[in-house]
Amino acid sequence: MIVPDIMPLLEVNNIGKRFGGLQAVKDVSFSVQRGTIKAVIGPNGAGKTTLFNLVSGFLPSDTGTITFRDTAIHGKEPHQIAGLGLSRTFQHIRLFSHMTALENVMVGRHVKGRAGFLAGMLGLPGTRREDQAHRDRALEVMDLLGIAAFADTDATSLSYGQQRVVELARALATEPAMLLLDEPAAGLNMRETADMAKLIMKIRDRGITVLIVEHDMSLVMNISDEIVVLSYGEKIADDMPLAVQQNPHVIRVYLGEDDA
Amino acid sequence: MRTGRHFHILILLAAVVAVQLLTLVAGKGFYLTQFTMTAYYSLIIIGLCLLMGYAGQISLGHAGFFAIGGYTSAVLTTVDLSAYKGSALTGILIKLSLLTGRQDLYGGQMLSFHPWAACVVAVILTVIIAYAIGVPVLKLKGHYLAMATLGFGTIIYSVVLGTQKFGAADGISSVPAFPLLPGLVVSGAPGLRVQNFYIAWGLVACGMLLLLNLIDSRVGRALRSIHGAEDAANAMGVDTARYKLNTFVLSAVFAAVAGVFLTHFNGGIGPSEASIMKSVRYVAIVAVGGMASLWGTLIMSAALNFLSLRGYFGSFDDAVFGGVLVLIMLFSPEGILQFDARTMVKKLFQRA
Repeated sequence: MIVPDIMPLLEVNNIGKRFGGLQAVKDVSFSVQRGTIKAVIGPNGAGKTTLFNLVSGFLPSDTGTITFRDTAIHGKEPHQIAGLGLSRTFQHIRLFSHMTALENVMVGRHVKGRAGFLAGMLGLPGTRREDQAHRDRALEVMDLLGIAAFADTDATSLSYGQQRVVELARALATEPAMLLLDEPAAGLNMRETADMAKLIMKIRDRGITVLIVEHDMSLVMNISDEIVVLSYGEKIADDMPLAVQQNPHVIRVYLGEDDA
Repeated sequence: MRTGRHFHILILLAAVVAVQLLTLVAGKGFYLTQFTMTAYYSLIIIGLCLLMGYAGQISLGHAGFFAIGGYTSAVLTTVDLSAYKGSALTGILIKLSLLTGRQDLYGGQMLSFHPWAACVVAVILTVIIAYAIGVPVLKLKGHYLAMATLGFGTIIYSVVLGTQKFGAADGISSVPAFPLLPGLVVSGAPGLRVQNFYIAWGLVACGMLLLLNLIDSRVGRALRSIHGAEDAANAMGVDTARYKLNTFVLSAVFAAVAGVFLTHFNGGIGPSEASIMKSVRYVAIVAVGGMASLWGTLIMSAALNFLSLRGYFGSFDDAVFGGVLVLIMLFSPEGILQFDARTMVKKLFQRA
């Protein structure tokens, strides 16, 4: 018998998306196994971010299906998908302004909480205890990522690199089964990129599956278990990093023949 | 954080007591009438502050919700059902003590709804209308949302102005006092002035406590996250559409409750309470108070409403609010409490 663990955590089947005359994503299928790091790479305009937005529910797909934890998630709202345990970050940092770093991370605890308007307004002891538990949990996550020192700093006044980590902490605070990272190294210097790579592996080691969309080859080649390569919206490779690097098709469209 | 919140509420209550004692010592007890009205207007404004400053949604129709609350209460407590005394339905309502008998101005017997029953109906009606308006309208953003809520406010204004049952341009008068609890009556009677001052500000203090608790809760963080970055809030599992809607309804309820109480205090309500200028004034005060600052908003609301009600701005009342809004937007968009004279000077002399 096949044990359930063999079932991929995320399965994308023949997904497609057209914007007017542009077929941004065409008939793409791939799957992500539990506990692995998978990367989606491709030149600018290859459809990486579109694919990412399709998976996280930010865009409706035209065709195809997406299954996460054996549940069809295509057509669901982003907040519903987040509630199922799929959390994402953004290529352009989207931290909540006028909130501290800790408060930002605590919004990540939203899906784990229950207190509604009435409970919030009354501020009864039970609600306060729940809130405190979420505060502690958020601080633990910040501690894990090494940003606990900035807990009470206004999030948008942190440095760019720190903001990226706060965003990561916020996504992790939802206790996701899978983390979607949209170009986590965008705008980071080499040292920050290396730190980010370590953090991502640390996250994987805690049993969280990771799907990264990335432009920066140096980041994904080192940490990914598998890599999907997109070109003009189509999948041209889906293999282990070394095999992808040696795939002539990939070299031609992505790496450039002379650079390879 | 929590102790700070309670401490601030205590300061508010101390300030309220101080104002009452000052008016007593100065022999200006009549000021309390305007202070009481100020409190009720402040109740609308702090509710609007939650919507604008924390959830990041604008409403130019909140005078409409105030009017829905006030008019519902006025109609139900002044309607005379004594002609239907014999009917089964009226009998049931009397048994449930939802109806109460009283004398009208000319000594005749009247049978109308108890103010508590009217208040509950007013709130329920407001919730229904706010949901019905909110579901389609809150899909809009920015200017479009402002215009749609402005449209709603205009409709309510036209309806109360054009309906005979609502007294058309005269409004509804001889609204009875509202006996809250034995010994506590919302009424404009001069003998109850002090009591009403405390009732009104007690209500504001409760409202503040509820809202301050809320903004520091799971829901409050979700609201602020919507304001900060709506798509990211959504990605964190916040049902942004639902939260915006619930906040809209909650702030409408604050406005309606204020409408109910002020109508009983004034003994009536007129169409000017539903006018667009009132809605604009509420928005202006929230902006002046610093949008995302309940305390700043309350302080500015207390000051500006009191001065306005005392007639300090004369016939230029609306012009003063408009002018204040322009100045704040130019020189201190984060609210008057964040005002920094140096930035103002710098802005005055730098070229655009």
